Amino acid sequence: MARRIVWRPYIAGALLGVVATISVLVTTQILDKPQYLGASTTFVRAAGMIERLIVPNHVAQNPYFTKEKVIVDWQFMLLIGVFVGACLASLADRSFKAESTPPIWRERFGSRVAVRAVGAFFGGILAMFGARMADGCPSGHGLSGLMQLSVSGFLALALFFATGVLLAHLIYRGKEVRHE
Amino acid sequence: MNEQWLGLITGILFGALLQQGRVLRFEKQVGAMLLKDMTILKFMLSAIIVGMIGINLLASLGLVALKIKATQLGAILAGGILFGAGWSLAGYCPGTSIGAVAEGRWHAVWAILGMLAGAALFAETYPFLKGSLLAWGNFRTITLPGVLGISPWAVIPLLTVVYILIFVWFEKKGM
Repeated sequence: MARRIVWRPYIAGALLGVVATISVLVTTQILDKPQYLGASTTFVRAAGMIERLIVPNHVAQNPYFTKEKVIVDWQFMLLIGVFVGACLASLADRSFKAESTPPIWRERFGSRVAVRAVGAFFGGILAMFGARMADGCPSGHGLSGLMQLSVSGFLALALFFATGVLLAHLIYRGKEVRHE
Repeated sequence: MNEQWLGLITGILFGALLQQGRVLRFEKQVGAMLLKDMTILKFMLSAIIVGMIGINLLASLGLVALKIKATQLGAILAGGILFGAGWSLAGYCPGTSIGAVAEGRWHAVWAILGMLAGAALFAETYPFLKGSLLAWGNFRTITLPGVLGISPWAVIPLLTVVYILIFVWFEKKGM
């Protein structure tokens, strides 16, 4: 049974490897500090910025906000760039699509936005609490960790994926996934 | 300002490649967790092969320094399990949640709001976790070649072959 290989993820992934390598070199030469791909620390900084509007003293005294620094740094701008780049690329090839609930979710839980909102919100809390605890997400631990052969990266990515596989099978109970 | 501009430019490329690799979609993320569609792992491992060779080459030439995260068993075990659970429910990791909204999948906004709440919650509990769970089993910044006591260039070809064999297996299984 010869299937047609979809090269898209391999090519885009390999190009990201080139971008990550060049980025480490350029940030070392220009900023004198290497910047590796990552995402989850930015959520700490963004949360700190929002909290600071309401309880500035509390944020100033919190040891975690003090440690990670509530500033717009390289990674914060990286994530703004991710938004811009993904938006432009999806408009360019017309794959941009407004969607209120994802297909697999809809098959399992229906198309009510409120149900999806509660599930995603609760999932988001767990995911970010875990990522900050582990000190990284699939970008920082997964991509950057494995590129650098870090033991923490291999351990974290294996755990992320193993738990994800287990829970997804419980949550979505073997619902058929449509291929592209 | 250089730091911010470099971040923005790199991010635009990162976002465009995530989008073109089609990894920003809920069905690709959950599809991988259901072991039916391995697009995100094909993307990640392809990036890892190229980045692993590129970054280690630069490091071996003395042009860049590595930035290794500490291997703290307690933190990684507990955090890894919590992350995996949340990831399956949210359907997005932190980076892809931002990109998903950008390509019109606005339901990822709920996941982003949850992640912001999760980050705020962690900041509150950090003072209590810091000296206990997070400090347990700290092996500091160790690498695979470091632990094995061999050159990274002995590990890199081997891992490259392993990753490519994983690709072959995915394609054979039609995942």
